[in-house]
Amino acid sequence: MRPEPFGALLYHFGTRKLSFLKNTKIVEVVNSLDAHPDVRSACRAAGIDDAGEAPYLHALSVLVQSNMLVRQDGEDAKEEA
Amino acid sequence: MTTMSSAGPVPRLVEQFELGLDAPICLTWELTYACNLSCVHCLSSSGKRDPRELTTRQCKDVIDELERMQVFYVNIGGGEPTVRSDFWELVDYATEHHVGVKFSTNGVRIDEAVAAKLAASDYVDVQISLDGATAEVNDAVRGEGTFATAMTAMENLQAAGFEGFKISVVCTRHNIDQLDAFQAIADRFGAQLRLTRLRPSGRGADVWDELHPTADQQRQLYTWLVAHGEQVLTGDSFFHLAGFGDPLPGLNLCGAGRVVCLIDPVGDVYACPFTIHDEFLAGNVRDAGFATVWRTSDLFLGLREPQSGGACESCSAWDTCRGGCMAAKFFTGMPLDGPDPECVKGHGETALATVDPTAAPRPSGDHSKGVRTTGTRIPVTIRARPDRSCDESPLAGLDRSATPTPVGAL
Repeated sequence: MRPEPFGALLYHFGTRKLSFLKNTKIVEVVNSLDAHPDVRSACRAAGIDDAGEAPYLHALSVLVQSNMLVRQDGEDAKEEA
Repeated sequence: MTTMSSAGPVPRLVEQFELGLDAPICLTWELTYACNLSCVHCLSSSGKRDPRELTTRQCKDVIDELERMQVFYVNIGGGEPTVRSDFWELVDYATEHHVGVKFSTNGVRIDEAVAAKLAASDYVDVQISLDGATAEVNDAVRGEGTFATAMTAMENLQAAGFEGFKISVVCTRHNIDQLDAFQAIADRFGAQLRLTRLRPSGRGADVWDELHPTADQQRQLYTWLVAHGEQVLTGDSFFHLAGFGDPLPGLNLCGAGRVVCLIDPVGDVYACPFTIHDEFLAGNVRDAGFATVWRTSDLFLGLREPQSGGACESCSAWDTCRGGCMAAKFFTGMPLDGPDPECVKGHGETALATVDPTAAPRPSGDHSKGVRTTGTRIPVTIRARPDRSCDESPLAGLDRSATPTPVGAL
């Protein structure tokens, strides 16, 4: 992940896909995922409430689909790769 | 291929990219002007090696800097980059330093052993150049036997298990009818097709008139690209076609000096691979380093300012076309704030008709075989025979003070 004024750029060397995080809040959420048990608590910690979380959950799901975000606990072998 | 993850209202990403980034997203790095081929449309007029080309050490210094700047990957080209004797050493060095490599090759060095090595690396991607889906069409542009060379390279890559390498096609008047055939070749090898635009850059300036797609073919190309969507790569080179309808996948942005640039074999930094001309020269990596050139050159800072689109700004396609390709305009002698010579609204043709073709700027360097690379040759007199390793004297090469110094080393 490379920080940029608008958010961040992400590049996956395996899939050779480039992704963009288009604001600094989503960057904060992504960076803090390690420190939280789930996505919702990461959003809450970043000051995103129930009403505002939909676009963030969507953005994170896009990152999971493109293998940019993978689980650390090994629950899903595909995602762990 | 790109994914957008957005949350909440933000300015359009393209508008932010137009202001430039602290480091390029990717950049093209041409390692040598030497090439075993002499393609008629070569964007860098390659052929002969330039004696000033960066040394292995200097190349590694550039890679170190790219790593510090977090440049994700470089597109290595040339010339034919694999003819550099340190090519594989540099590829390994880059990937060890987290700079991914995609290199373009005509396939001449992709034998079975090389293919196996490439297939084993996650960080290296290969792009085989092919400008015709048949030997007849390809070899007319790239030279006799080059279709067969490319096919052999692709067979080797496939046999080694390299999935998803790229087949890179420059679209010309003679291959637009072959798009389905190119796709079939890609499918056969488990490869991905990459189509790019012919620019009047390098030797391309001499053949652009005869080779660039006709207006009807541009529509044909656009329709084909829309139908094939994101499975075909374009290097964002066809944003001028957006005037036909919906924009094509990609950023639809001229990234020159903003998100991309070119480092040429001697370390000169240009705004993009298609602008090898003094007008678009930002600096040299040997002077203050690449980061300084990228961040502070007057040329790049200027390109990151809002650009005037002239009359184009009132066009319905302006938002996506943005006046088209700077290099295409420049090397056809057209003003940069006017339409692209291949403007799909027809404004380019009209403007082109008023331009004196002999007044169009010529590329600054020419490394074509049979052409001098360093301007005027100065006659010199060599007063000392050069030392040779077979000289009998153990002091050969050491006792320079005792002999007259050769004037003007060749």
